[in-house]
Amino acid sequence: MLKLDHISKTFNPGTEDAKKALNDLTLHVNSGDFITIIGANGAGKSTLFGAICGDFLTDSGTIMLDGENVTMQPAHERARVIGRLFQDPMRGSAPNMSIEENLGLAAGHGGWLSRLSKADKQDFRERLSLLGMGLENRMKSPVGLLSGGQRQALTLLMATVNPPKLLLLDEHTAALDPGTAEKVLALTQKIVRDGHLTCMMITHNMQSALELGSRTIMMDNGKILLDVSGEERRGLTVSDLLQSFREASGKNLTTDRMLLT
Amino acid sequence: MPMDMIIPLLRTALELGLISSLTVLALYLSYTMLNVCDLSTDGCFTLGAAVGAVVVLSGHPLLAIPAAMAAGMLSGFITAFLQTRMGINSLLAGIIVNTGLYSINIAVMGNTSLLNMNRAETVFAKVHRLLEGTALAREDKLIVALLAVVLVVAFLSVFLRTKLGLAIRATGDNPDMVRSSSINPIFTTTIGLCIANAFTALSGCLLAQAQKSVNIDIGSGMVTVALASLLMGTVFFSKKSITFRAVGAVVGSIVFRLVYTIALRFNMPASMLKLVSSVIVIIAISAPYLRAQIPVLRRRMTAKTQKEAV
Repeated sequence: MLKLDHISKTFNPGTEDAKKALNDLTLHVNSGDFITIIGANGAGKSTLFGAICGDFLTDSGTIMLDGENVTMQPAHERARVIGRLFQDPMRGSAPNMSIEENLGLAAGHGGWLSRLSKADKQDFRERLSLLGMGLENRMKSPVGLLSGGQRQALTLLMATVNPPKLLLLDEHTAALDPGTAEKVLALTQKIVRDGHLTCMMITHNMQSALELGSRTIMMDNGKILLDVSGEERRGLTVSDLLQSFREASGKNLTTDRMLLT
Repeated sequence: MPMDMIIPLLRTALELGLISSLTVLALYLSYTMLNVCDLSTDGCFTLGAAVGAVVVLSGHPLLAIPAAMAAGMLSGFITAFLQTRMGINSLLAGIIVNTGLYSINIAVMGNTSLLNMNRAETVFAKVHRLLEGTALAREDKLIVALLAVVLVVAFLSVFLRTKLGLAIRATGDNPDMVRSSSINPIFTTTIGLCIANAFTALSGCLLAQAQKSVNIDIGSGMVTVALASLLMGTVFFSKKSITFRAVGAVVGSIVFRLVYTIALRFNMPASMLKLVSSVIVIIAISAPYLRAQIPVLRRRMTAKTQKEAV
């Protein structure tokens, strides 16, 4: 499904700020995998997503997506098969456009000059009602009027209205209040399960990293330290994870954010 | 002022307002929707006027309109190319194209800075001839201008709701979102600027034919005048639909010309037009910012008085 082979990326090469964000990283993602990704700040988690999406070209290595070599493909072409959510709920939708216009743009049905059809609007209304936020009755309101949680739920819908081959979630609930975060997370699980999507999710919550999904990856210094799934992953506790991290990296995984959550 | 003096004044204001509202609609697309302040507008306006005049003088008044629009489109393409493919800041790209267009416009006009269409048949004269004998014949300018404005408003209100239109609006509304989506911002910016500049050139083409002459300075300051009209229009129709806001841009343009025409009657020198439009743009753009500063200033004032009291 997704094959990253020996990819490396150094930002600001040749300067004092040089940072090796990805270090000869190899990762094969199988179709239907739901991978949770954990690691300290600066471990390279978001950079990994950036490499997959084509935000920048990697210095070396190849990226195969669904049998196609996308290493040199521009970001907007890859985005056709990749859905992506960021931590900032404001980032995923256009505030001065209505809910239905945002969804219409994401669905991208028809040619460049086609307009939203009645059937599209009906479809959007049904999808919105599944969120249970009452957005189906506000389809003509500008998205800028929605709350952060509503906007992130809408972004999730936009990213999955055409089932993507790969869904990338970059701490997409971290900026929401706990109640809303839980709701959006439950929604995410439902959409991923119902659509049989392949999904990668960055989280700083080690507990939910183990509870959610089918596989967990731990990153450090641009490398994958730990990659567990199946039998091995079942029964694993947070302290097991911390222990493995210590053994693999020779240091403690302690960021304030991780201890607190 | 007697009625028989007011009517012609109003008519001139209406005609001029409608013709220049095409440039305002161009900015509605590029400035309001795409969030690009296109500073090549002045040069592009003159380009449309010059190309149109040359085609009129060659005896094809109708062909002048598509010719001018095509020239405008090309100019918009170059502005877009500079900012999307050459890494030139969007304001700078507009200024560079504007400067380059000055030479091109002189060349188009045959190395003069003034072209006269007194003896040629303009599109207005043609319409006048078509309507000869009817009561509408005298209103040739109004009819042509109104037709152009209605067509452009109708086009925009349909186009901005198509998939391409939505993509263009999203590019201006949330560039971050577009960067990580399947929309190619280079494509949407290019299409948007091509269309906007076609309208600007159309505006110049019609104004030149209405006054039967082109001066190399015909477009100078147009971007500020049009921006002032656009911002005045948003005062009337701010939270309305795409179509209403486009109509608001036209209304803004007409009101602007009306106020200006009245001011001229009260002996304001004609050269004040640009100063007035500059002031309007300054007020309209800075007002929301200044309004946001008021609570800050008020708190500072109270803090100061409290300190003095202590």
